Amino acid sequence: MKSSLLRYALLPTALAGSFALYSLTGDAGRVAPDPGNAGLKLPAGFGALVVAETGAHARHIVVTPEGGLYVKLAKPTAKGEGILVLKPAAGGKATLAGGFGNYGGTGLFAKNGYLYASSNQEVFRYKLNEKNEVVNPAQPETVVTGLKMGREHETKSIALDNVGNLYVNIGAYSNSCQAKDREKGSMGLANCPVLDSAGGIWQFKADGQRQSYPQGTRYTTGLRNVVGLDWNQQDNQLFVMQHGRDQLHDIFPAMYDEKTSAALPAECMYALKKGDNAGWPYIYYDPTKHEKMLAPEYGGDGQKAVNGQYIDPVAAYPAHMAPNALLFYTGTMFPAKYRNGAFIAFHGSWNRAPEPQKGYFVVFQPFKDGKPDGQWEVFADNFAGSAEKAASGRADHRPCGLAQGPDGSLYVSDDNKGTIFRIVYNK
Amino acid sequence: MIRRFLPASLLLAVALALPGTGPAGAQTKPKPKAAAAGAPAPALLAQGKKVYTQYCLTCHQADGGGVQNMNPPLIKTTYVLGDKARLANILVHGFSEQVAINGETYNNIMPAHDFLTDAQMAAVLTYVRNSFGNKASAVSVAEVKAARAAGKK
Repeated sequence: MKSSLLRYALLPTALAGSFALYSLTGDAGRVAPDPGNAGLKLPAGFGALVVAETGAHARHIVVTPEGGLYVKLAKPTAKGEGILVLKPAAGGKATLAGGFGNYGGTGLFAKNGYLYASSNQEVFRYKLNEKNEVVNPAQPETVVTGLKMGREHETKSIALDNVGNLYVNIGAYSNSCQAKDREKGSMGLANCPVLDSAGGIWQFKADGQRQSYPQGTRYTTGLRNVVGLDWNQQDNQLFVMQHGRDQLHDIFPAMYDEKTSAALPAECMYALKKGDNAGWPYIYYDPTKHEKMLAPEYGGDGQKAVNGQYIDPVAAYPAHMAPNALLFYTGTMFPAKYRNGAFIAFHGSWNRAPEPQKGYFVVFQPFKDGKPDGQWEVFADNFAGSAEKAASGRADHRPCGLAQGPDGSLYVSDDNKGTIFRIVYNK
Repeated sequence: MIRRFLPASLLLAVALALPGTGPAGAQTKPKPKAAAAGAPAPALLAQGKKVYTQYCLTCHQADGGGVQNMNPPLIKTTYVLGDKARLANILVHGFSEQVAINGETYNNIMPAHDFLTDAQMAAVLTYVRNSFGNKASAVSVAEVKAARAAGKK
């Protein structure tokens, strides 16, 4: 999803590399925003450009210290390329230079000389050379295999810590663990059986071979589905964004009207520790009451709160906006307030209908000492193209992946049209 | 996992052919009755729209276009415009196969809606077959009853 390479192991190389690039190439190193900032609405002083049009469902992305990109696709191209390779071009843009990996998926993460990529059941890794090019694209190591893949929440987002562990989201193949998924009035299954192999974050060895459930650890449970996650370096902890449950009104219309259902539950940010339980499917988080509520499938009525047992979110965002990427910003290009704060790419809602849809933007969440501090704000808006397109859900672009460039610019992928955006700050 | 990849051309051909079949045949022998059957009564469509808004719109959206990767569109697809028995069966019993329409796949489960009355089902199916740019024959209560009697396909 983002390159940790440039932040740590290869930080000196990255700095040297970018200086060299700028000094040698002159104008090619200058990044100029597109006219009208490529349609995006940004805070004063920021600009945006289209780096590339991939024309594919571009999910998570990695930017290398050299300014190249890897783009994970939801499904492979006709040529059997599930990961696109883009090389840096003039003006801060990039051009398609090939591809590899004949599998669809979402997860992508670079660290310690390897590019990690996931299909919907496996995690592979590819050795990188000193220029961060994949050495042998046809023969990756299979790090993890045999993961549960259901009909929904099938993607496997990934992140690595600093001590050799790989974290993999295994999404619940269910909305709320009903006996009959999404069926009106169907109650929740006792001791939700989904949780034995999904609905949580699993931990594996980043250098392991063909690991599956017996070799992994269920790091945290009770997470319905996580697409955006990142390792926070300040407090050395995994942060995740949960996709909250759908359809409270459709399933329990007597308890929730349409407006209430559009506003419940919050999309939550969690700071995880090993052994934590975030409570899905038994609870959901009400952002107005600031309470964990008993899910109606398990005897809740919209009023019964649940205390203890389950962790609280560290931040909450409006319902159904689908946070698909999380990135802790460690660059120096943006003003100081952004440093160590979190960017969140909200893919945009569908489950708010018939109420107007929301999202299709990148949010900034201020952090202090490794914890959310203060109100979040919309940072980059209008990926949808207009207010009407956002309200109808027919957005032009849907933010899905985030990555930090070697110069500190912020890259955003769009999995609708496949546009890759780059946001820069004009000092 | 079952994947159905219907060529876009085939889908389009069927979609174009279907609505024309009845009325085109009727043109040689003008029959006001046949023309009326081709255009469902406004009251029936209004009833169908009410059911759609209440039970279908969340997933399939106000414009019938569905949701990327999750909920299939109801526009220009044989699932809607084709075999009425199959369509009614999906509504009565639900549908859990991965659907591919025009090269895109859709993953969410369609839950059974057997709590709807036969009349509600006939109305909403007729509405869906005649909205969002679709034009196809009405679904009768008898056809819904047959689907309810049949097992899940």
